[in-house]
Amino acid sequence: MALKDITLGQYFPGNSILHRLDPRTKILLTVMYIVALFLAKQLVGYGIMMVVLASAIAVSKVKLKTIFRGLKPILIIIIITAFLNLFWTPGQTIWKWGFLNLTVEGIWSAVFMVLRISMLILCTFLLTYTTSPILLTDGLENLMNPLKKIHVPVHELSMMMSIALRFIPTLIEETDKIMSAQKARGADFDTGGLMDKAKALIPLLVPLFISAFRRADELAIAMECRCYHGGEGRTRLRQLKYRKADAAFLVGGLAVCVAVGVLAHFGL
Amino acid sequence: MANSIVKTEHLRFSYEAEGGLSPVVLDGVDLEIEEGSFVAVLGHNGSGKSTLAKHMNAILLPTGGKVYVDGMDTCDDDLLLDIRRTVGMVFQNPDNQIVANVVEEDVAFAPENLGVPPEEIRRRVDEALKLVDMYEYREHAPHLLSGGQKQRVAIAGVIAMRPRCIVLDEPTAMLDPIGRKEVLHTIRQLNRNAGITVVLITHHMDEAAQADRLVVMSKGKVIADGAPRQVFQRVEELKAVGLTVPETVELCWELRKEGLDAPLDALSDEECAKALYELITR
Repeated sequence: MALKDITLGQYFPGNSILHRLDPRTKILLTVMYIVALFLAKQLVGYGIMMVVLASAIAVSKVKLKTIFRGLKPILIIIIITAFLNLFWTPGQTIWKWGFLNLTVEGIWSAVFMVLRISMLILCTFLLTYTTSPILLTDGLENLMNPLKKIHVPVHELSMMMSIALRFIPTLIEETDKIMSAQKARGADFDTGGLMDKAKALIPLLVPLFISAFRRADELAIAMECRCYHGGEGRTRLRQLKYRKADAAFLVGGLAVCVAVGVLAHFGL
Repeated sequence: MANSIVKTEHLRFSYEAEGGLSPVVLDGVDLEIEEGSFVAVLGHNGSGKSTLAKHMNAILLPTGGKVYVDGMDTCDDDLLLDIRRTVGMVFQNPDNQIVANVVEEDVAFAPENLGVPPEEIRRRVDEALKLVDMYEYREHAPHLLSGGQKQRVAIAGVIAMRPRCIVLDEPTAMLDPIGRKEVLHTIRQLNRNAGITVVLITHHMDEAAQADRLVVMSKGKVIADGAPRQVFQRVEELKAVGLTVPETVELCWELRKEGLDAPLDALSDEECAKALYELITR
């Protein structure tokens, strides 16, 4: 198991314009992008979305290899989706074998589906690649602030999220250590069927959970010692500030969103 | 005499146990920590030293007796934040004390909680990081630092609260020798240059020897209290409660048993060597 390969929520420091945008802008842009993705129906719409994503990736200066590595874990989902769309879309049949029915419409819908899923994943990855986790949670907390009025524990949620992100590397390291310790005692994580592998995980997960709870306990005391008493009256070291570039990007994002929506309306 | 920053009066503490049988962890501790001093609390596992530490900023509340922090009763709930910002606490495992993904964000955590304005937080963070000599690492991710560096970040995180006293509960127990040295050096610097009162809980003799005052605990009681030089002369008593003495003292003590007139107050290697040289050339 290559635990070090996990790219979830990973951040690549840089100094591109995407890195410097306010996190709230980037979150809003990502949301707009996803909305536009679902609005797009035909080739022109998808074309625009692809150009937008490609230019965003180019501007971000994140390596293409790292970007596409993010798609690896969902490859199986993409393949299954493509397969289902290819053979189970009703329409003009090209090729038929048993219950498999390849249609022209199926090919198109498979292509669009695959594009939609990959672009969806890639754009959210681009967000986490170019935004430090702290800024990301700050941005989310700030955007969700209005929800406090209906008693959503916004501060607590964002605190939980940032602590979870903080402990990912620590827990991965710990998992590695426990695995080595169990292997040294003859545990076998690699051979056997699916059931065997699942069973082999028990001696890994039990100590991991116990230690995670112990850590949580100690962290809570350490936080209390540093006067943590919830979000009330808290100030921040870094203040979020919208700049001119943020406004420009937001307007641009909205324009793309509307354009794709209008095009889709006219069947393009 | 300087005023006391932490004061315990007949402090008793026992954990609540099911079935009512609760072992007494602290059994009448009277202790006064003077402001600006460097006090080491030495004890065997289970001597109650960590429990004592946790009483110094109201993580635990006494089951009997009183604890005062700068005159404030730790049982008073309204004073909790004031007590905690006066006495900061550093724990054994640096990994479990660091809250944020970036060093400076972590150091900013305490002042953020106290509602300090952003510019002032910036100043405090820079100042605290410079005090522990970690300023160059301010934008690093904590999990990529060494154990000693992480522990110094944790200390900076407490310093940024501007406490008058910091209590360190075995801060070097999980560190390698280099990390231990770094952290001890930092602690001494804080005491000497920044004038912060330091209470160091430890079971390492050589760490305890560096303090101005040494308090030895056993079975929930203070059994010795004084300058390290004096306390370590009571070799037999310390051995009786399962503690050792610094190697230099041990050496001289063994020599004394053989009838030689070696002094028992040599704490550093140099002092010991000098004393032995004088003994031989006499």
